Amino acid sequence: MKLSGWGRCPVVEAEMLAPDTLEAMRRRLTIASPVIARGLGRSYGDSALGPTVLSALRLDRLLAFDAVSGELECEAGVSLDTVLRVFVPRGWFLPVTPGTSFVTLGGAVASDVHGKNHHGAGSFSAHVLGLKILLGNGEVLDCDSSIHAELFRATCGGMGLTGIILAVRLRLVRIPSAWMRTTTLKAKNLDDALDLFEAGRDATYSVAWIDCLARGKHLGRSLLMLGEHDEGGSLRDAAGRARSLPFDFPAGLLNHYSIAAFNTLYYHRRLHRKTLGRSHFRPYFYPLDGIGNWNRMYGRPGFLQYQCALPSASGRMGMRRLLQTIAEAGEGSFLAVLKTFGPGNGNPLSFPLAGPTLALDFRNTPKVRQLLDRLDAIVLDHGGRLYLTKDARMSAATFKRSYPRWEEVAEVRARYHAERFGSLQSRRLEIP
Amino acid sequence: MSTSLQTLFIIGATSAIAEAAARRHAARGGRLHLAARNAERLESLARDLTIRGAAEVTWATFDAADFDRYPALLDAAWQQLGRVDAVLIAHGTLPEQRTCEADWRLARDALLVNGLSPMLLAQQVADKLAVQQGGVLAVISSVAGDRGRQSNYIYGAAKGGLTVFLQGLRNRYFAQGVKVLTVKPGFVDTPMTAAFAKGPLWASADGVAGDILAAMTRGRDVLYTPWFWRAIMLVIRSIPERVFKRLSL
Ligand SMILES: Cc1cc2nc3c(=O)[nH]c(=O)nc-3n(C[C@H](O)[C@H](O)[C@H](O)COP(=O)(O)OP(=O)(O)OC[C@H]3O[C@@H](n4cnc5c(N)ncnc54)[C@H](O)[C@@H]3O)c2cc1C
Ligand SMILES: NC(=O)c1ccc[n+]([C@@H]2O[C@H](COP(=O)([O-])OP(=O)(O)OC[C@H]3O[C@@H](n4cnc5c(N)ncnc54)[C@H](OP(=O)(O)O)[C@@H]3O)[C@@H](O)[C@H]2O)c1
Repeated sequence: MKLSGWGRCPVVEAEMLAPDTLEAMRRRLTIASPVIARGLGRSYGDSALGPTVLSALRLDRLLAFDAVSGELECEAGVSLDTVLRVFVPRGWFLPVTPGTSFVTLGGAVASDVHGKNHHGAGSFSAHVLGLKILLGNGEVLDCDSSIHAELFRATCGGMGLTGIILAVRLRLVRIPSAWMRTTTLKAKNLDDALDLFEAGRDATYSVAWIDCLARGKHLGRSLLMLGEHDEGGSLRDAAGRARSLPFDFPAGLLNHYSIAAFNTLYYHRRLHRKTLGRSHFRPYFYPLDGIGNWNRMYGRPGFLQYQCALPSASGRMGMRRLLQTIAEAGEGSFLAVLKTFGPGNGNPLSFPLAGPTLALDFRNTPKVRQLLDRLDAIVLDHGGRLYLTKDARMSAATFKRSYPRWEEVAEVRARYHAERFGSLQSRRLEIP
Repeated sequence: MSTSLQTLFIIGATSAIAEAAARRHAARGGRLHLAARNAERLESLARDLTIRGAAEVTWATFDAADFDRYPALLDAAWQQLGRVDAVLIAHGTLPEQRTCEADWRLARDALLVNGLSPMLLAQQVADKLAVQQGGVLAVISSVAGDRGRQSNYIYGAAKGGLTVFLQGLRNRYFAQGVKVLTVKPGFVDTPMTAAFAKGPLWASADGVAGDILAAMTRGRDVLYTPWFWRAIMLVIRSIPERVFKRLSL
């Protein structure tokens, strides 16, 4: 069958198998090489692609829940959406969530995803208590931050290259209601935005939309959105007629629609420097989840998502150069998402590092690819790196320079019989 | 008429469609008894349903070919649940038509699992529902049973026979308050159809399960799911046989 990531490029011919038991998974594993695990295919590029793809979607059972501690164990194919549907009404929430609920727990671990609370909560793996992994030799191992710790760390953020994650044990967090209180702040330019992030460090959630068309002294003009779980309100999951403000769209991926919203709010409504709002958690965290296949908006050639992180020390300078280059080329999305990460963690391939991160999407054209190569150079110059789960095109050299601990992953792969696991991405990035 | 279904007995409970139905029932806090072949999968399914909110989940193993054990299977379900508000019969296989043509044993097995087995079960279930003076029985047949086609007439015959059987059963037990629902899914993305290329006509197991539970609650007779299959099959059925026999369907 034809298979691609969320960006719809590249599209490749692949065989996809969806075993529903460990035994079936094991059997499948032994007949193919290379193989790569796949969840809901929300990674943008080629990380869940290869000639043989093992879908975890039939491993979709909840295994155990402790209603006192919030400790939840699930098979790896369970989606974040399922976790929310089952547990929000009981007052529990995900400790970390990306901008879509349609990802699997296995995918969330493999990409070590981050959310709008990264500055306080860290990335997903910080809340993972243990993993069950099927190794390339058919053995099943339990690992966590102390048992088989090197396997655990290489698997969190490891893009499926260490084995098939079968089950994930994590700790949910308590919430008082299914509603969010939001504060939206206007930032005149990039410096202003980054200052506001610093000032808003105590907010549980923070993210900004940048207007990528703004230039000169407006460069980096943005709307910064802070959020807290609301103490009052129901725990009902269904968003119902949630009256959320349109600028609560955090993803910045719906360019053509969201630019209009941005401009309206920024200029015409004369939004005060600070605006308060209230929103159900669904539109707040997952504004695009109601739209279905919005990724088709870019048509056949698909699109490229670009997300980089720069260290704090060089972050302001680097971001300015990136934004200038993007604005001059006039190729990027109108809107980008900006956030300041908290400290990174000890996983060799986890993406976040303390400093600003920028994400935006581009049409997939040769000219854009040239532009992205120029952006790569700026990112490398400033000691930054690109998010593997969004990448479809960086060079092996770029990867190895920006993820200097890649060799640790190669060692873990050798030690834990992971030779047969490989994706188009791991081949492109020359990860042995 | 609308019924509130508290206790649900599912035969073939590890089928993707049945499992999705079970999850929806669990989310409403219902009680379930499950029967299927694989004990390991039943156990993990039962745990899953409990975490999702089911008030109680019990299970027993069952093989469609083991007709002798049907009465004991049903007795156990009634024992676990007390009154059984609703029963869903979901097991089935999708045999390869050409290999069934070449090997009568495979054809026999396909007819057995998809036709004879659900018929005999439905008969015994209806009888028990009548004894308790009412209940809902839903059986998954298929749009494939609406007309024989060269590409799957063995499966189609089993399902078509099942559909006719259920018509009679509905009629037979109407006065005793037993509601019989014939479910006719179109293309559903499940392990049964894993090998097929999927297009816009394909539905999810969860969507189909939602339709089934809604139709059971409302006490309906026949359900095409998704709904547009009613129209598609109307067209397919209306093609004259002298034309139909020349088509490659
Ligand atoms: C609209 C949108 C918004 C997003 N927002 C964010 C965000 O805010 N923050 C963020 O961090 N990410 C974000 N993402 C990216 C997304 O969270 C990740 O790509 C995530 O990994 C996708 O999970 P998946 O289940 O779809 O995995 P897939 O895309 O199917 O796979 C991703 C990787 O995980 C591996 N994998 C999947 N399952 C397993 C398994 N069981 N065992 C081993 N390896 C496995 C695959 O091999 C692959 O390398 C966003 C994506 C979209 C489409
Ligand atoms: N998928 C479709 O497109 C489609 C369309 C129309 C109708 N249907 C019908 O929908 C029903 C559910 O199918 P599905 O799509 O959910 O497929 P599925 O997930 O493959 O389920 C089929 C189930 O039948 C069980 N089964 C097969 N042979 C059995 C036997 N001898 N004894 C006991 N159980 C047996 C299987 O048990 P194991 O798990 O142990 O193998 C499996 O749980 C079937 O009746 C099917 O004919 C499906």
